Amino acid sequence: MVKLIIDNRPVEVAEGTTILKAARQAGIHIPTLCYFELAGMNFENKPGGCRVCVVEVEGRRNLAPACATDCMEGMVVHTNSARVLNARRTVVELILSDHPNDCLQCEKNGDCELQALAKRLGIKEIPFKGTQSTYKKDCTLSVERDMDKCVMCRRCETMCNKIQSVGALSAINRGFNAVVSPAFEEHLGDSSCVNCGQCVQVCPVGALTLVDNISDVAKALADPTKTVVVQTAPAVRVALGEEFGMEPGTIVTGKLAAALRRLGFNYVFDTDWSADLTIMEEGTELLGRVKKVLNGEKATLPLFTSCCPGWVSFFEKNFPDMLDYPSTAKSPQQMFGAVAKNFFAKKIGIDRKDMVVVSIMPCLAKKSECAREEFAVNGNRDVDFSLTTRELAHMIKQFNLDLNEMPEEDFDSPLGSSTGAAVIFGATGGVMEAALRTAYEIQTGKTLPRLDFTEVRGLDGVKTATVDFNGLGVNVAVCYGLANARAMMEEVRNGNPRGFHFVEVMACPGGCIGGAGQPYHHGNSDIIRKRMEATYREDAGKPIRKSHENPDIVAIYKEYYGEPCGHLSHEQLHTHYYDRSTKVEVK
Amino acid sequence: MTKIKTHVLCCGGTGCKASASDQIIDEFQNILKEKGLQDEVQVIRTGCFGFCEKGPIVKMLPDNTFYTQVKPTDVRKIVEEHIIKGRKVTDLLYLDPENKQHVSDSKHMGFYKKQLRIALRNCGFINPENIDECISRGGYEGLGKVLSEMTPQQVIDEITKSGLRGRGGAGFPTGVKWGLCAKNKADQKYVVCNADEGDPGAFMDRSIMEGDPHSIIEAMAICGYSIGATKGLVYIRAEYPLAIHRLQVAISQAREYGLLGKDILGSGFDFDIELRYGAGAFVCGEETALIHSMEGKRGEPTFKPPFPAVSGYLEKPTNVNNVETFANVPIIITKGADWFNKIGSEKSKGTKVFALAGQINNVGLIEVPMGTTLREIIYEIGGGIKGGRQFKAVQTGGPSGGCLTTKHLDTAIDYDSLMAAGSMMGSGGMVVMDETSCMVAIAKFYLEFTCEESCGKCSPCRIGNKRMLEILDKITKGNGTMEDLQELRNLAGVIKDTALCGLGQTSPNPVLSTLDNFWDEYVEHVVDKKCRAGVCKQLMHYEINPEKCIGCGACARVCPQEAISGEKKMAHHIDNMKCIKCGACHEKCKFGAIEIK
Repeated sequence: MVKLIIDNRPVEVAEGTTILKAARQAGIHIPTLCYFELAGMNFENKPGGCRVCVVEVEGRRNLAPACATDCMEGMVVHTNSARVLNARRTVVELILSDHPNDCLQCEKNGDCELQALAKRLGIKEIPFKGTQSTYKKDCTLSVERDMDKCVMCRRCETMCNKIQSVGALSAINRGFNAVVSPAFEEHLGDSSCVNCGQCVQVCPVGALTLVDNISDVAKALADPTKTVVVQTAPAVRVALGEEFGMEPGTIVTGKLAAALRRLGFNYVFDTDWSADLTIMEEGTELLGRVKKVLNGEKATLPLFTSCCPGWVSFFEKNFPDMLDYPSTAKSPQQMFGAVAKNFFAKKIGIDRKDMVVVSIMPCLAKKSECAREEFAVNGNRDVDFSLTTRELAHMIKQFNLDLNEMPEEDFDSPLGSSTGAAVIFGATGGVMEAALRTAYEIQTGKTLPRLDFTEVRGLDGVKTATVDFNGLGVNVAVCYGLANARAMMEEVRNGNPRGFHFVEVMACPGGCIGGAGQPYHHGNSDIIRKRMEATYREDAGKPIRKSHENPDIVAIYKEYYGEPCGHLSHEQLHTHYYDRSTKVEVK
Repeated sequence: MTKIKTHVLCCGGTGCKASASDQIIDEFQNILKEKGLQDEVQVIRTGCFGFCEKGPIVKMLPDNTFYTQVKPTDVRKIVEEHIIKGRKVTDLLYLDPENKQHVSDSKHMGFYKKQLRIALRNCGFINPENIDECISRGGYEGLGKVLSEMTPQQVIDEITKSGLRGRGGAGFPTGVKWGLCAKNKADQKYVVCNADEGDPGAFMDRSIMEGDPHSIIEAMAICGYSIGATKGLVYIRAEYPLAIHRLQVAISQAREYGLLGKDILGSGFDFDIELRYGAGAFVCGEETALIHSMEGKRGEPTFKPPFPAVSGYLEKPTNVNNVETFANVPIIITKGADWFNKIGSEKSKGTKVFALAGQINNVGLIEVPMGTTLREIIYEIGGGIKGGRQFKAVQTGGPSGGCLTTKHLDTAIDYDSLMAAGSMMGSGGMVVMDETSCMVAIAKFYLEFTCEESCGKCSPCRIGNKRMLEILDKITKGNGTMEDLQELRNLAGVIKDTALCGLGQTSPNPVLSTLDNFWDEYVEHVVDKKCRAGVCKQLMHYEINPEKCIGCGACARVCPQEAISGEKKMAHHIDNMKCIKCGACHEKCKFGAIEIK
């Protein structure tokens, strides 16, 4: 333990504790800007670059960044001396002097950490007038970049390189012109970017934001010739409440359905329903491959899940030689779209062109996924627009509604019923657990003695387990963060020494609950943890908790698809992967 | 066997090369051959002699005749007169500006009298591409001694006792630094030589590498032995092609002689050196940025701790020293710490190499004992201010240093007194300025450099320096206010206090020191809208003094704007609406009639 004095208060902390954390322990909250941590989730951005958190350490020549300076025995620290306050204010004024300060029109208005900092420091004017950095604007189908607003916190860079190993973003140029950018200032869309959007989730300002599709959806809702169908993903219901002042982890499923109905959607359905459908297809595919191997035939194992479009894009760009590993099952979003535009449109007697399918997703990559050519028929997309949880919250507010005041309502039938297995898709390990519940019972013909596969739950980046399928040991792995996925793919490429049969991959920290389209968590991993707990609470409370027992799923196979992985489901519910490796050409 | 009677040492440093020293050497060889003297006279291409102002230098041995400003066409005369007839070529000898006497031996020249060449001991004496010449002057003796007689700890103790401090700028005790790295256990450690010399106008390290590359190799091996490293890396900027070439030659010769590689001198100690090329970013002189650059990452500093001694190149314990620091090491080992620590001042031992530049008579590379005063350097070694003008300021420490003035002339140069005076030792740039320099413009010049070279990682340096530069620009254009001066001081203080790395923390020094020492000049710019040096174009104009003008018309002829008119033999007149203040007329007028107002 180390003893020190912070603002005249004695503090005792473990060796290796930073001044920032020691101060917090003493109830002293030193402001930060570039520093970012997801505690317990292996993500820390600590470049010591913004210099907002500087403090005075007695005996030291210059001020020390609290985020990066370890406490030492006998240290005397001042976090609010005149020298510190002047330096901190000047630094923030400098940052603001190279910022557009168009807060009223900014996507991050109200969610901006720089705005909050300026407010906290009571900055009323910026004494420095001078040149402002300008860069060309850029966007992909998911992410918008306005680097004029970049404060060089480097969070996006750390996320993109260390956590995701995507390597699309890094600092370029020098001095005043330094900025985070794709290599050679190419379009982000032409880079190795997979649109996971985690750069947006961690950006403290409005430099990286999502592509807003609210007006597209509002236009469809206002068009009397269109039947507008909405689906909402599992992770949305455990996070949307935060945007309306509710405690993180509040489950708002019923209020969500009611709000969507009041927005004017003609059919309010649930992506959970198609998550159950995904389990039927993916689970059958897994059992098919395992059985082949057991029969001594050739089959590609492990099977990787394919629900996460960031991950799909990642393996298409980075592992074009391994495209036969992931499941060919479409993601729940796209399965829903395919069912809606094929089966349901026919059922209600309208042409697919007159139906607009909207998805509410915790995800930015879903915006790019629904725009893939292979997910459209003659240019008509299966899913027309994908909105994030944050956009939905904005839309509800724009439509003069308050989620708090919504009644509890149910989803519409038939694409609205779901099981507990589908709900947990939102958390890392959920798809695995849901698949195991179904695969076990189909494979063994027995009822599971215990539904909760706790060994694949939790916020660890990589989890492994061996599940006993009546004497057959099934080796599974669950990971989130694409760097973990990359390591897993490389391990498999090198001969799969741990003999995995089934691997779940989610791009975002904690799975979809930590998705880039979710309300900003600002580095508070407790929020993600609470969303996860809510997910499992929702599962536990469901009367049916296994996908193959969803009566509407049973019915649609009977009525329409025949059997999982059958001819029609292959046509509508499965997809192909393409080599999309990027080559950077130096012009 | 023929005996060599005369050696011709010709400077092969970058400066003299640019003034045709290669042709001089060729010419010597051709003419000597023609005269049949090729076996009696040996021509050697050496490193820098230091007296660049008078280059190219040709020195004759054994009589130590020092020929200056030699041209290829002078070679025949030197051969025929000096070598054959034994008569000195008087008009190529240095002319003492004081007594107008020709001086033939460099040790009697004001430029050399006060110098003590330790780091530069071999520069100008040996052919740097010949290891035998280096060895004959004591090269690799230190390494031999260390490997055969000393334990690693004894080496560290010896260096610590010598009082040697880092010559790269910060002045950290070298022995202590080695000791910190030595105590960390690792399967691999690295010795890095920081040859990323980047101060404007500085060429100390380049000259050492060009003139005596073996001293660096030897020192790195000694360091490797003492800290337990078997790999050495020289981080050198790619725009130093000659230094790179000489290092490469020296490394391969050292390998050939078994002075690098496996089992050096049969001691069981392995050590080898590789070169790493930098793209010339100033910030890569900062050791963490340098390490990142060598790792192939963006060259930007990271917060210390961890220090490189704990986690450096490839996260292994790494010791980084500057070229000049290393150059001192072998001779400390051979002559002993007690010899070295008697040279210099109380807290700064040994000598320091400076690149003397600016408005001074003797521009060049000098090495003086610590404790020498600025006055001695400027007036005795430097030969005073050019054109007999008034001394105004001397800038030491490059962009990280400050501008000192007349009141500091008797400051003894060492780490601590320069720091106390508001400047710093830095790596050894020394730029002398006279009354024609505007101190606001000088501050702006250095800040422009810093803005260009900032890596952009921390906000105070990235944005703060830009804002300071904008304020200075405003002042030099006559738009400054007294509030600007206040803001400038505040900003400078905050940047010094909050920037991440040494570059950022010291970047306001040129501004702060000029604010301290030349406050009146700032106020003149702001209040009177005047630049007394006539440098800030917006704050001055030219006028013709009718009493001095004889109406020769020379000014009108050089004026690119046809802004000057007047009758022949009558006083002329400048139309300030047309004048672009290029200064051509001012330079042309022999009568001092064109005055800066």
